[in-house]
Amino acid sequence: QGCTKTKKPKKQPKPPHENGNDSMIEKTEPEHVDAPAEFSFPPTFSVSEIKNKQRRHLMFMKLKQEKRKQKVAMKKKKKKERDALGDKAPPKEVPKTIENQRVYDETTVNPEDEEVAFDEGTDEFSAYFNRLTNPKVLITTSDRPRGRTVRFCNQLATVIPDAHVYYRRGLALKKVIPQCIARGFTYLMVINEDRKVPNGMVLCHLPDGPTAHFKVSSVRLRKEMKRRGKDPTEHSPEVILNNFTTRLGHSMGRLFAALFPHDPQFVGRQVATFHNQRDFIFFRFHRYIFKNEKRVGIQELGPRFTLKLRSLQKGTFDSKFGEYEWVLKRHENDVCRRRFNL
Amino acid sequence: MQHDDVIWDVIGNRAFCSFKVKTKVQNFCRNEYNITGLCNRSSCPLANSQYATIREEKGQCFLYMKVIERAAFPARMWEKVKLSKNYEKALEQIDQNLIYWPRFIRHKCKQRFTKITQYLIRIRKLTLKRQRKLVPLSRKVEAREKRKEEKALIAAQLDNAIEKELLERLKQGTYGDIYNFPIHAFDKALEHQDEESETDSEEEEDDEDVGKKEFVAEDEIEESDLSDFEDMDNLKAGSDEHEESSEEDESEEEMEEEPEASGSKGKMPLKGAVFRKKRAYVEIEYEQEMEPVPKSKAT
Repeated sequence: QGCTKTKKPKKQPKPPHENGNDSMIEKTEPEHVDAPAEFSFPPTFSVSEIKNKQRRHLMFMKLKQEKRKQKVAMKKKKKKERDALGDKAPPKEVPKTIENQRVYDETTVNPEDEEVAFDEGTDEFSAYFNRLTNPKVLITTSDRPRGRTVRFCNQLATVIPDAHVYYRRGLALKKVIPQCIARGFTYLMVINEDRKVPNGMVLCHLPDGPTAHFKVSSVRLRKEMKRRGKDPTEHSPEVILNNFTTRLGHSMGRLFAALFPHDPQFVGRQVATFHNQRDFIFFRFHRYIFKNEKRVGIQELGPRFTLKLRSLQKGTFDSKFGEYEWVLKRHENDVCRRRFNL
Repeated sequence: MQHDDVIWDVIGNRAFCSFKVKTKVQNFCRNEYNITGLCNRSSCPLANSQYATIREEKGQCFLYMKVIERAAFPARMWEKVKLSKNYEKALEQIDQNLIYWPRFIRHKCKQRFTKITQYLIRIRKLTLKRQRKLVPLSRKVEAREKRKEEKALIAAQLDNAIEKELLERLKQGTYGDIYNFPIHAFDKALEHQDEESETDSEEEEDDEDVGKKEFVAEDEIEESDLSDFEDMDNLKAGSDEHEESSEEDESEEEMEEEPEASGSKGKMPLKGAVFRKKRAYVEIEYEQEMEPVPKSKAT
């Protein structure tokens, strides 16, 4: 076998095999070799057995090309069939997405579920949903916040009506909470900072409500938004909560809803969106305008960020002795990439 | 025999001592029984056969003593005395135990004991305050999450979702009467209804025509002739000019279309029938007007 393996000799009828094994196999089983123009290898051959990197690479490229050609041919055939059938063609197949293939979660809430409705009638948010309390939010940070975090807090305060920003100054949360309750706050929001960037949020519903700990990512302040509108006004925004399906997601949804006042002022035309996708909650703040009854234009104001729930704890903030309803365990979610909790 | 001077000469000055830590200015001793922590002739526990230290275990302080009599028994060499939690009492205990001992050791023991109690107090104070827990981030995990987030963002199609939701709310009327669009919607709904009724009636007519097709076709053997058509129109004398002209126009258009579109021959008589039908309706509703030139044609 004097010829080296380059692209040209490959067009020859019988390509010289790289492995000694393969050439032996070929000699003993000549009937497996097909017509000269094609390449066909004994079924046991795989590209990875070729020791020479260049040749292996070339063979792999060829394999890929073959596969691509086959794929295109299949597509053409299918299209032809579909055209031939015309109206009687079977409906187009829906491509598989992660959302389609999502593992069914047994805690998915059925809208008519009575048990859930009963739970929600008596849980910590029932006071809000029965219009007994108005939301009042206290926003603070971890110790010694840097400029970005401070600006983020201020912008959040404009988004949420009736929000107050206070500096932390080394206070202990457990001591802050009773004072907040005394002054009538319903929510405590603590933005945690790391390396000059906000990366965590603790959201605590105050009169002994649940405490949620989130990981915050992709924070964009107002300055960094492209094509943004003017600053938000004082009107109460509407709230959109998307895709909170499971029981846990439901309580999250209620948690976010209770941040905002009951009656949104439609005059302001502002909307705050919490959209859950694959366990990431995207927050956006827009101003909308209806051009006609079929089209609406939205313009993004306000900060945007993503949240990922890390733990949900019953009762107010108590990381040592609190009772955790749910904690994010990475190894649970690593098992199946189609399983989500919210 | 225990020759302290020889030991010190060897490990302190000339040869190697595994507990010694050399720095530019000073030498330190890492031996756990060392009382001052420095490497000195008087502080070296190996080079002093009579030695004492204070050590702390889980918040409890002990006085350790070593005498030359036990130098041959390493397992029993250090005598351990538990000190009282009361500071003054503990000092007295030290004094009692180290009576007749060299001044240096007594003094240093008390100094060390004081230092230890002070840092124990600080530990207790700190545990009552806030304790920051540092959670380590794993780079791989963070990168993976970032990627997942990007993909989730693409899959979410946020703008579309928000717009859809807003339009839904508009349709359901949560906005009340703020926007004028609902009227348009109502009009559109009306139009939809009208179209539906028209199509229904047309279909009914078609059905009826299907029944009468044979009858009509016998009459119209010569088809696709403009003049004939007009004649036929004239036959059904008595209709609004406007309606007629419009329908004529329509018929002309259809006539033009017919030679272009082959295989639509069957439609023509049908159309004629439909026209006839409609004409019948129109006759009833509108005033009759005389056509200008009535051609004599007997039916």
